Amino acid sequence: MRFIFDRNTWQEIYGSISKNKVRTVITVVGVLWGIFIYIALSGAAKGMDNGFESMFESIARNSMFVWGQNTSMPNEGYKTGRQMQLKLDDVVMIENRIPEVEFIAPRNVRGFFGSPPANIGRKNKTGSYSLFGDYPAFTKIAPKKIYDGGRFINDEDIDQARKVAVIGERTQKELFDKDENPIGGYFKIDNVYFQVVGVHKYDPSGGFGGDGDIFIPFSTFRKLYNTGDNVGWFSIAAYDNVDVIKVEENIKNLLKNIHHVHPDDDRAFGSFNLGEQFNKIVGFADGITFLSLIVGIATILAGVIGIGNILLISVKERTKELGVRRALGATPAEVRNQIVLESVFLTVIAGIMGIILGALALAGISSATQDIDFPYTNPTVPIPYVIGALAIMVVLGTLIGLIPAQRAVSIKPIDALREE
Amino acid sequence: MIEIKDLHKSYKMGSNSLHVLKGLNFSIAEGELVAIMGSSGSGKSTLLNILGMLDEADSGSYVLDGVPIKNLNETKAAKYRNRFLGFIFQSFNLINYKSAMENVALPLYYQKVPRKEREEKALKYLAQVGLKEWATHLPNELSGGQKQRVAIARALAAEPKVLMADEPTGALDSKTSYEVMDLIQKINDEGNTILVVTHEEDIAHMCKRIVHLKDGVIVEDKKVEQVRAAQYVK
Repeated sequence: MRFIFDRNTWQEIYGSISKNKVRTVITVVGVLWGIFIYIALSGAAKGMDNGFESMFESIARNSMFVWGQNTSMPNEGYKTGRQMQLKLDDVVMIENRIPEVEFIAPRNVRGFFGSPPANIGRKNKTGSYSLFGDYPAFTKIAPKKIYDGGRFINDEDIDQARKVAVIGERTQKELFDKDENPIGGYFKIDNVYFQVVGVHKYDPSGGFGGDGDIFIPFSTFRKLYNTGDNVGWFSIAAYDNVDVIKVEENIKNLLKNIHHVHPDDDRAFGSFNLGEQFNKIVGFADGITFLSLIVGIATILAGVIGIGNILLISVKERTKELGVRRALGATPAEVRNQIVLESVFLTVIAGIMGIILGALALAGISSATQDIDFPYTNPTVPIPYVIGALAIMVVLGTLIGLIPAQRAVSIKPIDALREE
Repeated sequence: MIEIKDLHKSYKMGSNSLHVLKGLNFSIAEGELVAIMGSSGSGKSTLLNILGMLDEADSGSYVLDGVPIKNLNETKAAKYRNRFLGFIFQSFNLINYKSAMENVALPLYYQKVPRKEREEKALKYLAQVGLKEWATHLPNELSGGQKQRVAIARALAAEPKVLMADEPTGALDSKTSYEVMDLIQKINDEGNTILVVTHEEDIAHMCKRIVHLKDGVIVEDKKVEQVRAAQYVK
């Protein structure tokens, strides 16, 4: 191995590869292109992966929503088309019967699904916003960042049906002065005074919720709008390691049972399974990553084979030179090492250049997609992938270099010298 | 220095074989300047290749400086060539992307001589063939005679026991041929053993002994009065 660190070896290699610059450049471009494709593709795939991840960052990945619709089958004497209404009692049933459910948050809303938005006012300022009636468990399912000094709704708020609210950034801007601390401040919701306990931070990457949403305790919402035990929908988070599709099915079956719905009636309850969607998207992103890996490696392989091919031709061209070297005392091992090292050197140089170019391309794409709404964040190629690619190139470069090297050695010096 | 006994060599050409060397015997002492003559097909190049360890004899013995040369693998042959022999070729065989000095230093590279020392030695031998100022030039910037002189310097650089020249003047005009022979004679004057393969009478007579090959046997082996090439130069 000593010869690798020998300056003389590298001088010989430099001499022979700088001899034919066009050949060297073409060789390098082949592999460079391969590694460039590999880096750019897998980086882009990773960027998409990251983009999807950040889209779902603000909500538990194995969460789902369930709401009531109209029945489509008659059952137990009820006629078809009956409006389903979720009730607070359902929560207890679900918690008791379905152990896979980690959190369940019943929710009500104004300003969505056809209901009018809440009218907000403070001093001479007014506005209409979406208003949610929530339990503290909701933040376990869809975490809300609350600005310093504030908090989300807690259990005591629920118990005492306190008139407290968590407002959004936009609401804060519109209702309060710039240097005014909103925490503790009062404002009106549909003519009832509420005290602000927190301001939630708007997360633009999260697909749900706006910067003006107002959250108040579920119990307060119930009193304010006289909703009784009615629940708009459930936000439910299952434990991490369970099959979310199965849990969704179980919940709906349980609800059908409670609400006297025919077991085969699939229209009575609507649901949206984020976990399932998320798994699909993750699967898609994984597929893209896998594809880019295959394409990248295939391209690298093609590039390396190109190097082997060109070296083979160059060995043919250099038959005489190699013969002279052998006549002057180069051992077959020395000749072989030189050719293999040339191959590895070209491969690695090309690889490093390809990696740099690929990284530049990724940076370019990244800054180009910065401001547009496209799930693409922080496109990176993990260092192990890069090192892996380089290692693959060294191995392939060595293997492919062995072919021309063996050929160079197999020519007897006497034949090499005779060749004109 | 060189001793061969009953050397045989034949080449297979399809079904029939061609007997090229048919039992050669001769020896060369240290300091000799021997011409091996013969027409093409006489076996002189084959003999030189065997002596140069580029090829192996079928039978017979070959002893070089007391070392029996037989059953060499390529690695060993390469080491012996590097240590014992200096080659001068008809077509010079310089490496065209290396400067004159780098070409001369090449055998020293394979002797693992450190770089500095290699360059010093290369310059010294270039000076000896009168091309010191041309050290940084590439072969294609040199004339034929200059190229052959670089090749001679390269053969000398390894400080071999025997110099082997295969038609060293074959690609040169007669004036440059004499210059090259003059150089070879001078090197021989310093005590180096030199073997010259040639088919030119005048070149052969510039050696001290002529071995005449014909159809694979030695037909004549005589000492001759050496013609100094210097008288033809300038």
